[in-house]
Amino acid sequence: MIGNKLLRSNDASVHRWRQRMGAWLPVILLSAVFAICVMPLVPLLASWGQVEPELWSHLWQTELRQLFSNTIILITLVGTASFLLGVSLAWLVVMYDFPGRSILQWGLMLPLAIPPYILAFVLLGFTDFGGPMQQFLFALGLGIEWLPDMRNPLGVGLVFTLSLYPYVYLLMRSALQRKGRSSYESARTLGYSKAAAFWRLVIPLTRPAWVAGLALVLMETLADFGAVSIFNYNTFTTAVYKSWYGFYSHGTAAQLACLLLLFVSMAVIAEKWGRGKGRYEQSGAALKQYRQRLSGGWGLVAQCGAWLVFALGFILPVIQLVYWVVSSFEQHTEGTIDLLINTVLLAVLAAVITLLVASIMVWAQRHKQTKPRGVMTEVSQLGYAMPGTVLAVGIMMALNGIDSWIADIMDDQSQWLATGLFALLLAYVIRFLRIGYGPLASSMGQIKPSVVETAGILGAGKRERLFRVYIPLLRPGVLTALLLVFVEVMKEMPATLILRTYGWDTLAVRIYELSAEGQWELTSLPAIMLVAVGIIPVILLIKKSEL
Amino acid sequence: MNKWLVSIVAASALTLTACGDSEKEQAKTNEQSATPEQQSPAAEKQGAAQKEIVVYSSRKEHLIKPFFEQFTKETGIPVVYITDGAAPLISRLKAEGERSPADILMTVDAGNLWQATQEGILQPIESDVLESNIPESLQDPGNEWFGLTVRARTIVYSKERVNPENLTTYEALGDEQWKGRLCLRTSKKVYNQSLVAMLVARHGEEKAQEIVEGWVANLATDPFSNDTKVMNAIEAGACDVGIVNTYYFGRLEKENPEIPVALFWPNQDTSGVHVNISGAGITKHSSNVENATKLIEWLSSADAQQMYAGHNMEYPANAEIKPVPEVEAWGSFKADDMNLSKAGELQPQAVKVMDRSGYK
Repeated sequence: MIGNKLLRSNDASVHRWRQRMGAWLPVILLSAVFAICVMPLVPLLASWGQVEPELWSHLWQTELRQLFSNTIILITLVGTASFLLGVSLAWLVVMYDFPGRSILQWGLMLPLAIPPYILAFVLLGFTDFGGPMQQFLFALGLGIEWLPDMRNPLGVGLVFTLSLYPYVYLLMRSALQRKGRSSYESARTLGYSKAAAFWRLVIPLTRPAWVAGLALVLMETLADFGAVSIFNYNTFTTAVYKSWYGFYSHGTAAQLACLLLLFVSMAVIAEKWGRGKGRYEQSGAALKQYRQRLSGGWGLVAQCGAWLVFALGFILPVIQLVYWVVSSFEQHTEGTIDLLINTVLLAVLAAVITLLVASIMVWAQRHKQTKPRGVMTEVSQLGYAMPGTVLAVGIMMALNGIDSWIADIMDDQSQWLATGLFALLLAYVIRFLRIGYGPLASSMGQIKPSVVETAGILGAGKRERLFRVYIPLLRPGVLTALLLVFVEVMKEMPATLILRTYGWDTLAVRIYELSAEGQWELTSLPAIMLVAVGIIPVILLIKKSEL
Repeated sequence: MNKWLVSIVAASALTLTACGDSEKEQAKTNEQSATPEQQSPAAEKQGAAQKEIVVYSSRKEHLIKPFFEQFTKETGIPVVYITDGAAPLISRLKAEGERSPADILMTVDAGNLWQATQEGILQPIESDVLESNIPESLQDPGNEWFGLTVRARTIVYSKERVNPENLTTYEALGDEQWKGRLCLRTSKKVYNQSLVAMLVARHGEEKAQEIVEGWVANLATDPFSNDTKVMNAIEAGACDVGIVNTYYFGRLEKENPEIPVALFWPNQDTSGVHVNISGAGITKHSSNVENATKLIEWLSSADAQQMYAGHNMEYPANAEIKPVPEVEAWGSFKADDMNLSKAGELQPQAVKVMDRSGYK
């Protein structure tokens, strides 16, 4: 309010001050964001001051190599499968017309609403001894030797792929609609073969989209704890937990977390490199072109494949969940609705704050592209790669440090930061800044500088350029960012477990408590609620991306 | 451009702090709806009798809430709580230090309680009531925690395919006769870590590793993520024997009284059945020691013990009290009476033993 008065004042000195501030403000704000985002890293990095060599040699002799190989196997599997699924499905629904296409094109995004840890317990519950599949086999007269054991890298990879490929699909689909199609068609008229037009033109052209999607998929996979622990598949996140619970060594846990961060930094660098120097500029709006009819044997295979992905990734898990909810209805404890309300409130709050922070970053980058700004922006987004627990503990240590420092100065023993919603929201913002920033930055990237310059030449003032150029053009990016962060926060589990406060339990927390005990049936109620609410933003995203 | 941003940021910061405050208030009142009378900030001045107890619990909400309500009804002392995993709660208490609002830490597994003592977040409890109610082996040698319920981690077998006469001890599950017939839960679960820690305490690290290697060699399939799955696998015929906590068996038995799986009490001629506890301690910086002690004493008393344990089909820690009928039906057994703090002390060694044995 005061700010507004200041801004309306026409006093000359204020005007000068504002001009100077205008130059410095972006940098100051960006630096503040950067400082807050790296804060949790400080206690983690400080942990290297106390290395326990005996424990490290034990890890080296026992499971460290396995952790590396498990992690590499997992990201290779999930990366390859998500790329193939996401790109081919996007290609299918953008380029071809076939019966049921209108259902599939949004249906294929729905698995985004089912977090890996839910899909994991549904899949295991289904194929468990005594589960529905065994009963089905029994009815057919087949014994348990016919029951597939899903607890292997392929099973884990399947869960992650089905749950995360929509990131690639979503980004790829809009990229294809914008430029993939038109360039493909131009290439075909110029005599390129189908394959060449696709691999040598479409894929490189849409690289920013699928690289970004793939990076999201891999980071989610690397940071996941819920699904891999349900499968008992050892990765760095489970090792971090183990050092914590089993060895009582917070230091080693923090050091393992740093190794994981190293992995992710590689993913980030690969993404930067993968994007190349391309400036993505929209080549006009996507045209409502006519789609080819899908025909022939391959057409049928492609169609069935797409339906199969939709069924496995969404329809069947939901049916299984609903079945469990109904079959165990009298056992559910009350209070699940309160959890739902908490979850939604937290997700909305976190999404709004994340977006504000992300717009500061985008604005600072737009204001002036300098190397330090680029580095700060990039590093600030690393939180996405940190396993929730590690991030939460980093935040807790850091905030408590600040709290005790305040306590010393103010002689006040109450806690300001480390308890309460602040810490939890901070964790969400740091963790999901990347997801909020991505869509915003790419829609900013699509506003050609020439457009803004033209507006300037035509006499549009700052305000007018903002309201008549930037905001309308940024709106889709903003909406996408809000929705994505909302869905992610709803699904977040480990950080919420540590940082929640009185009366702020969420659905994810309840799911964790119940699934840790293997009570699949009881877990189904909070899980189905989470999926139901998670679907709403996903559907909005889909509506928004309809052209 | 920046005008717009500044005003947006300012406005949102204002609304956010406003939201945050009102929500906190709301959360507080929600939390206290479990207690009959509303606390006001002034209540603290009304003397200790009314001062609310703050509990950090890794024991699940539905297992503690009814008892806290009952306690409040009887004494007028309100109780608020948060539930979370043991490790996060311990880290949290350590991080909060003297500013922590908590008075009591409640958790399952002796290893976790021992860990809390190591982190220096508990204080000794001086209570004759607890000393007389709780056996020596179920309390911390320094009196920083007391067990309140007991669960046995014992052998389960298939009634269809196993003759219980062939079962003897935990150690013997590594014998040739069980090859390809054993199912286990993951070594990541603290219950197995405590079990192996007690083996290390009895036999030393080398012998314990031989025993665990024997188990791993006999596994029918990869370790499961929980005890229930172990029993489901036995029922389905994927394996014949396993090791589980008694209350998990109790839950399954409740669902299906005809279940073709039964409990076996091993080591009756040697060390006794491995037991574990859920227990509680008072936090080092509690500002409400008197009431906190009252609550823990009340939970160990004859009035509360049977149901507090029975609610989760566990055994009362108070030796005078009988378990609930469905638990009593499993028969009596000799329990291992080595002090449970060993389970925590030797836990890192136990985890290393399991790592080296290839027990995942």
